[in-house]
Amino acid sequence: MALNARTVTNKELFYGHKGCPGCGGAIAVRLAMKVLGERAIVCMPPSCMSTVAYIFPHMPMYVNSTIPPFAGTAAMMSGLLAGAQAMGLEDYYIVGIAGDGGTADIGIQALSGMIDRNDRAIFICYDNEAYMNTGVQKSGLTPRNMKTTNTPSGSNFHGNQSSKKRMFEIVAAHGIPYAATASVGYPEDYLAKVEKAKQCEGTSFIHVLSPCPTGWGTDTDVTVEIGKEAVDCGLWFLAEFENGRYRLNRDPGEFTSVENYLKRQSRFSNVDGKDLERIISERDAFWERARSTWDK
Amino acid sequence: MSNGIFVSGDEAVALAVRQARPQVIAAYPITPQTIVVERLADYVEDGSLNSRYIYVESEHSAMCACLGACVMGARAFTATSSQGLLYMVEGLHYASGCRFPIVMMNANRSIAAPWNIYGDQRDSLSVLDCGWIQFYVENAQEAYDTMLQAYRVAETPDVMLPVMVNLDGFVLTHTYELVNTISQEEIDAYIPYRDYEYRLRMDGIRSTCVTAGPLYNMEFRYQQHQAMLRAAEVIGEVDRDFGARFGRSYGGLTEAYRCEDAEAVLVTLGSVAGTARCVVDAYRAKGKKVGLLKLRCMRPFPGAQVAEILGQTKSVGVLEKNISFGYEGTVYTNVCSALETAGVKLSAASYVGGLGGRSISKEDIGVIYDELLSGNQKRGEVEFVNLRRDICGA
Amino acid sequence: MERPRADLAFELKKLPLGPHFINGQLHEISSGMRTFRPVIDTEKCVKCLRCFLLCPEGTIDKSGETLEIDYDFCKGCGICARSCKLGAITMVKEADA
Repeated sequence: MALNARTVTNKELFYGHKGCPGCGGAIAVRLAMKVLGERAIVCMPPSCMSTVAYIFPHMPMYVNSTIPPFAGTAAMMSGLLAGAQAMGLEDYYIVGIAGDGGTADIGIQALSGMIDRNDRAIFICYDNEAYMNTGVQKSGLTPRNMKTTNTPSGSNFHGNQSSKKRMFEIVAAHGIPYAATASVGYPEDYLAKVEKAKQCEGTSFIHVLSPCPTGWGTDTDVTVEIGKEAVDCGLWFLAEFENGRYRLNRDPGEFTSVENYLKRQSRFSNVDGKDLERIISERDAFWERARSTWDK
Repeated sequence: MSNGIFVSGDEAVALAVRQARPQVIAAYPITPQTIVVERLADYVEDGSLNSRYIYVESEHSAMCACLGACVMGARAFTATSSQGLLYMVEGLHYASGCRFPIVMMNANRSIAAPWNIYGDQRDSLSVLDCGWIQFYVENAQEAYDTMLQAYRVAETPDVMLPVMVNLDGFVLTHTYELVNTISQEEIDAYIPYRDYEYRLRMDGIRSTCVTAGPLYNMEFRYQQHQAMLRAAEVIGEVDRDFGARFGRSYGGLTEAYRCEDAEAVLVTLGSVAGTARCVVDAYRAKGKKVGLLKLRCMRPFPGAQVAEILGQTKSVGVLEKNISFGYEGTVYTNVCSALETAGVKLSAASYVGGLGGRSISKEDIGVIYDELLSGNQKRGEVEFVNLRRDICGA
Repeated sequence: MERPRADLAFELKKLPLGPHFINGQLHEISSGMRTFRPVIDTEKCVKCLRCFLLCPEGTIDKSGETLEIDYDFCKGCGICARSCKLGAITMVKEADA
């Protein structure tokens, strides 16, 4: 059964949170919960989503959940799984929902360990491309030239000087049973991938681009649009890694304008011609590699 | 009747843990704890231990995995030492704040830098404030018995705090002694599985390990403190009950050995207490009135008991394998504070020895007792025991 | 409307043992964040449900005959209005609503 607005439940399992208006991460979490359901056990480390979801005694999570220490999301997930098995629990899903840092930086060691153990658990990275919870600092997933509070954009440097960590490929290189990239701009695709992760017998990983109006410098109402445009201009991609093979879910063919995508976000306001050239050539290099080596 | 088996301290711990039947074990190997985790892996393999053994990739992850297990209500175990203990410090605070009854064995080992794998007590003594109950055992038998008592203490409903059982690295972990074990039926009756209300369950969905802002934080901390104070009573009760059931007990929080009419008392902890015991006997045989105050627990700190026992003597020295640089030994600080609180006017001497695995011999302890008896101990300054003065400009 | 309600009168009587708490209890509402509120023209709406799917808060309830917005928890971000292909949702200034 296809997962879409009609078929997903009306029930909200993530409600009353204190996220910013227009939060892409909130869309990612909310939609994931629609698929994972009431028997999910959520493990959410320090990040935007956990900060806005646990404001004792105000509790916007409507499923069992816990906050792990920052670096240990995946390790705590392994413990939750072992504990659930020991307690004889049935019909449950261990889900980790972490941001940039909790996945790709401080959390990467534990994530690597969990994938290595192939624990039956789902790890969702909602990627808003910086450490948003602490006020927009650079993360391993921050794209080139993004202005953050610790990679400022001025006359000497135009924002972040490194490219986005290839987290999807890092995870895939472990030989994970299932990994996928997604975007809140393509919500049905994302829902389908969460469903696939739910059915996966081992570890699964979903990397969902989640635009952040606050940190990206966009209006609150264009979050979903921006998430779609990122894919359409080729700076993000929809792909899966399954049965040991990469597969592109969507090849835009001809890309929309990268420049337009960057210019409508104030985080890229200082990007000049040279920067743009480099960003486009990095995009092209990725697509050349993906198109020639990944399945369609 | 003795059914003694000849095992190392590490092996004794593993035997006790097997019998305690933790449902989840997550531990990262580090010398000199490795034997514990290796034996436990053997027990899982041969089926004598039905436990989920998680191959974590670091000590921080080991503690996180134990936290996860506790969130689900499962009994958990981990073990570590020095660098590993420090790597998981964030998790130590977490476990205590969350009131999870995790039991952990720590092999006391020196902390880098400089690198040193041998025993001293700087690792566990540097984390006294993290809210864990801390035992220091004297020999392999006490290690075996205390591991079992630890689960009973930890899982007591009005305690619900994690417990660390410390064994001196190499000196205790890797030396062999006769250990009497207890039958599985008796242990199952002693520490049966205990459920608790705040674990996750499908009926009554909750969040665990959440926030507490300025409006609630102090009240949570108050509860944690009260639980630790209650633990002091429970530790004594559990030890006496253990003695009644199994014939061995250790005095609860402290053991005063031949202190009744002592003119000098040495306060110490861990395996050194065993060495000091021999020296006390030898000195007593020569008519010298010395005693030993063994600290079995550093947290909760048995301040009142310490003050009461030491208040009856003239000269006190505190011997520990730890120093807080620029000040004094941490155990010494705790002891002096207890004396001050109780209004006992006595100035004790701070002895620091055994750092980085340097042996503390009976002769060394004899020298200390001689100083304490003659009044020649250093005052207001730390004495480094058996220091190689020629090479460090002392 | 099938949406959770906040208990604004809630007062914690007794601290739980450890920082663990029963989930799904709301004691504050989010409407204070709003400058504009979305208003659905139910005549124009064809219930494609795109707004329901994309709301970061989940305030749009699809259970009834017409779509309903939970104004206690709507933050006025405008994603719903932007996503509606028929222009059936208008963002109206709070002061004028």
